[in-house]
Amino acid sequence: MSATTEKKPRLTTSAMIASIAAEGQRVKAAPFGKALVELAQSRPEIVAMTADLGKYTDLHLFGQAYPERYFQMGMAEQLLMAAAGGMAKAGLTPFATSYAVFATRRAYDFIHQVIAEENLNVKICAALPGLTTGYGPSHQATEDIAMMRGIPGLTIVDPCDALDIEQAVPAIADHPGPVYMRLLRGSVPLVLDEYNYKFELGKAKMLRDGRDVLIISTGLMTMRALETAIKLQSDSVDVGVLHVPTIKPLDEATILREAARPGRLVIVAENHSLVGGLGEAVATLLLRSRITPEFRQIALPDAFLDAGALPTLHDRYGISTDAMVQSIKAWL
Amino acid sequence: MTTNNQERSLAERAYRIRRFALQMGEIQGQGYIGQALGYADVLATAYCHSMQFRPEDPQWELRDRFLLSHGHYAIAHYAALVEAGIISEAELDTYGCDDSRLPMSGMATYTPGMEISGGSLGQGLAIGVGIALGLRHRGLQSFVYNSMSDGELDEGSTWEAAMSAAHHKLSNLICMVDVNNQQADGNSSKVLGFEPLADKWLAFGWHVQRINGNDLPSVVAAFDVARTLNEDRPRVILCDTLMGKGVPFLEQREKNHFIRVDPPEWQQAIAILDESFMNGATP
Repeated sequence: MSATTEKKPRLTTSAMIASIAAEGQRVKAAPFGKALVELAQSRPEIVAMTADLGKYTDLHLFGQAYPERYFQMGMAEQLLMAAAGGMAKAGLTPFATSYAVFATRRAYDFIHQVIAEENLNVKICAALPGLTTGYGPSHQATEDIAMMRGIPGLTIVDPCDALDIEQAVPAIADHPGPVYMRLLRGSVPLVLDEYNYKFELGKAKMLRDGRDVLIISTGLMTMRALETAIKLQSDSVDVGVLHVPTIKPLDEATILREAARPGRLVIVAENHSLVGGLGEAVATLLLRSRITPEFRQIALPDAFLDAGALPTLHDRYGISTDAMVQSIKAWL
Repeated sequence: MTTNNQERSLAERAYRIRRFALQMGEIQGQGYIGQALGYADVLATAYCHSMQFRPEDPQWELRDRFLLSHGHYAIAHYAALVEAGIISEAELDTYGCDDSRLPMSGMATYTPGMEISGGSLGQGLAIGVGIALGLRHRGLQSFVYNSMSDGELDEGSTWEAAMSAAHHKLSNLICMVDVNNQQADGNSSKVLGFEPLADKWLAFGWHVQRINGNDLPSVVAAFDVARTLNEDRPRVILCDTLMGKGVPFLEQREKNHFIRVDPPEWQQAIAILDESFMNGATP
């Protein structure tokens, strides 16, 4: 082995609570926790519950502000969901938090039978959506949206950034019925304040228009879509971005209207498996409505994902901005 | 309801609950009738002695909540709801039929007085923890009575809830376990043994009573203790019951989770119940 060969340093696995913000990106701290604390001032019926992940879902801020309204249920997700249902039945509006993997996989029957079947006013807020940790498949919620879409009457939200989260909190509190909302925690990127955008439950919004490509995106992939659009400008590719923060119920009218515009490659981008998420939801909608543009998906593969550094993994699985740019160029 | 109702003895209440259950069983041709007969004394005590509620207003905010965690006991629960004056006797004819308010498995959205949908099993106690926490948080004094089967002791969610109830010092939570030692695949001791049961609940921080669930005076005493106990622990009543209790040929039938009853036997069973009651025998 040559003495002059330089070894490329290996990136290490990101900490569980590392921010997904890029270096130098504008961020806001703990938008969920802060928004909930603020809302709780005027809404005495709001209570908070967690399955031993209060600190890791920014719910600890609520616990500090309102200790008597904060209920620690221990590392017991089935109990968390059933008890949240019980709290709602007792006349309260519980926000119940855990990681997305545990909230959905471990407690599915309890969400389905206790909360959703009775249309109870529980707001499940779940952190570490999709691939936002390099910790491995135990913590990577790759199929949570697919699972939750199967539950009737459940509203599903995947917010893009701190602004989306801040505005979604009061919106889902006002919505009469169960909600599953993915959550970003800690230092959360802020991007949507530079677009003429307001979060509205159930509504998809065009953030920028474009002639050549339409990216229909949700969650943090909207942030990536916007970055991709800016990058592709220098290649004279004109990219539109339709942000779909509410995945169920789907804003069918807006999606159909935009996807029906002729001459555009339509791409659905999500921080979720190819299976059962926004991509498949949009695909069936388009086909049922006889709208058949050139259609692609940018999503996580149907596989158990690797452990490692997040930047590496996002590149590997095609959801980093650079990877998106490359994919789109190849498709055009 | 009429004063007639209030003057009936608990023994008569239990007899009528058994009888209503057999009537429903006959309509369906089958049902969880063994469980209904075994649990009637506990149900009579809960609804006609212990719990506070308004029959004409099943949603009365200050009511005690009875959670049927063992949703398949709906046949027994409906009988108790009739005896409690919450649903009418006439409605029993619709049990298990299309568009009925009385489905085979308890459904909260279908039936007045049905607080949860317990079909999946193992969920009631955890829901009860949430209701109890919520009621206390709102300063309401009502009790939560979670009724569950011994099979549900297998589910981990039961024990998460048990730990949590003690941790949160839920003195407004009463749990009744129907210990009849039968579950779908047979004798509980062969499927997943839960003894020593009282020791387990005690270790989990509960006040425990273990009683003969078919001896009315014992049942009444236990419910009274559970309700008036001045301790900040949740309270459990382990009720040892006999499947088919009150109808000897069903008590002696091969023990099954789902007891076989042939068509003429429904009326035979009712006749036996009637005769026992007329003779003043306590089943």
